[in-house]
Amino acid sequence: MATKTKKGIQFPLSKAEYKEQASKYRPKRNVLQNTFRAFWVGGTICLLGQIITNIYINFFGFSEQDAGNPTVATLILISVILTGLGVYDNIGQYAGAGSAVPVTGFANSIASAAIEHRSEGYVLGVGGNMFKLAGSVIVFGTVAAFVFGALRTILNMLWAG
Amino acid sequence: MEYVIAFVVGGLICVVGQLLLDVGKFTPAHVMSTLVVVGVILDFFGVYDPFIDFAGAGATVPIVSFGHSLYHGAMQEASQDGLIGVITGIFEVTSAGISAAIVFGFFASLVFRPKG
Amino acid sequence: MSTSVATRNRLSRQTWQFTEDVRIQATATVVGPKEGEGPLGALFDRVYDDMYAGQDSWEKAERILMEDAVNIALEKARLKPDDIDQILAGDLLNQNITANFTAENLSIPLMGMYGACSTSMLTLSNAAALVNAGYANYIIAACSSHNATAERQYRYPTEYGGQKPPNAQWTVTGAGAAVVGIGGDGPRLTHATIGKVMDLGIKDPFDMGAAMAPAAVSTLMTHFEDTGLRPQDYDLIVTGDLASIGYAIAKDLLQKEGYDMDKVYNDCGLMVYHPDQEVFAGASGCASSATVTYSYIVDQLSKGLLKKVLVCATGALLSPVSYQQGDSIPCIAHAVAFEGGK
Repeated sequence: MATKTKKGIQFPLSKAEYKEQASKYRPKRNVLQNTFRAFWVGGTICLLGQIITNIYINFFGFSEQDAGNPTVATLILISVILTGLGVYDNIGQYAGAGSAVPVTGFANSIASAAIEHRSEGYVLGVGGNMFKLAGSVIVFGTVAAFVFGALRTILNMLWAG
Repeated sequence: MEYVIAFVVGGLICVVGQLLLDVGKFTPAHVMSTLVVVGVILDFFGVYDPFIDFAGAGATVPIVSFGHSLYHGAMQEASQDGLIGVITGIFEVTSAGISAAIVFGFFASLVFRPKG
Repeated sequence: MSTSVATRNRLSRQTWQFTEDVRIQATATVVGPKEGEGPLGALFDRVYDDMYAGQDSWEKAERILMEDAVNIALEKARLKPDDIDQILAGDLLNQNITANFTAENLSIPLMGMYGACSTSMLTLSNAAALVNAGYANYIIAACSSHNATAERQYRYPTEYGGQKPPNAQWTVTGAGAAVVGIGGDGPRLTHATIGKVMDLGIKDPFDMGAAMAPAAVSTLMTHFEDTGLRPQDYDLIVTGDLASIGYAIAKDLLQKEGYDMDKVYNDCGLMVYHPDQEVFAGASGCASSATVTYSYIVDQLSKGLLKKVLVCATGALLSPVSYQQGDSIPCIAHAVAFEGGK
């Protein structure tokens, strides 16, 4: 029984006790199912990428190297349209990382922010918020590329020297 | 065969992302940032190019390849201009992805409104 | 003299007893499409089949919901905005903008109140107290939430493809309003218990139910101790939006402390949607408790099908900044006791 003091009711559990208790009620994430869904959706997006690449190579005369850029741009376009039509978020709920990890997920994070913030205007809303989610990817990628690029360059100089 | 490899390899990279979400309790932003940095590191050790040769779109479509492209651009310029090139070259290769996302994203905001 | 009023009305530091005949004069609820398809759909006064409610932004849509709820409640009570002394209102958005703009349009003096999802009973308890004390003839208590405004403020853009875990909750798109005054034949408000902020260290913003359960338990235990009432003295006790996880935690905790919650306890977060409506653990938001209380519960009380009801609205008082800075989630719960009409 909780005791009633002048300060009122005392909660019967400490923070540590409660955290342990509460975790027993938390539903387990269905990791196996989530993983399977991520696998087949993510795999399908990459398969689609491969098909698009081959189309650019076979029908538009791109070299294997040069086909990369238009492939990425095409996938991004598809993802942006699906985001605008309100479909990509549903795919994301189903597929998790399967639709987030491919470059289409990167495009979705940019397009969803752009569309969502249009109500705050094009400059402050769309322009200012477009990289709200994608920004961290660009920042960490860029900083890492700089650090490792500089490291490699210095190593190369020492090697040559 | 290249389609099968693209499917399987791309799918497996997404599985790594899913495990980071579900088991590692990462947020999506943390997963993406981690994978990009991993891409940079793999390219630093020279593993990513052979990996692309093997897996094709299975290696170029996941966000990991964004890190590889950033590093690649930096090194491309660095081979000519040294350390300065590292800075000037970073976006050299990735520009297609970033500019496509910005341009299409912007046009999407003209055409669509959120559906909720 | 003042001490005698206090001893009659103040049962403790946290619990008030309303000694006058403070009653609900009328209530109204307005909701979005998904809520309209839920089990209580037919009981809501207005159902918008468009999340925008004909507006060009989510935020404006939410204001329409609240304004509609107030106007319909006034209509039902046969009162005009001028008859209302104050509106006590709140919502989930930064700076309480829904309440502010709605009160501006209605031109009723405003006391903006923020209690996150507990705002429904925070405003109702204060409305009852002010009416009981004679500071007002009629007061409106109102609150609202909107799925898309909440998503974009607390989480991600609505079209972002993030995956939500099974313990996430679905913010109710809706608004509820109640007109409180003396006399009439509506449900009587008898007690209110104001909650303390409880923080048991839960940090995951997708774990709202578990974060808020201790606040509900604390307020309910305090209410029972202060009033001398037991859970079985009520026909129905509801919490605001603990949803399936928080509900189970709260029920077991209360049970373990010797409060028999059997058969009388439910959670509004489990009443708004059908289980197959894909809302994860259940409903959340100010409108979760407000739309259930001001439709189904008030309805049942008015018809005499329920005699005594205790509504304990729960709120998570976090902000996007506080959880990104690693703070755990402070939570609160406020309870109001209702008695059947006539």
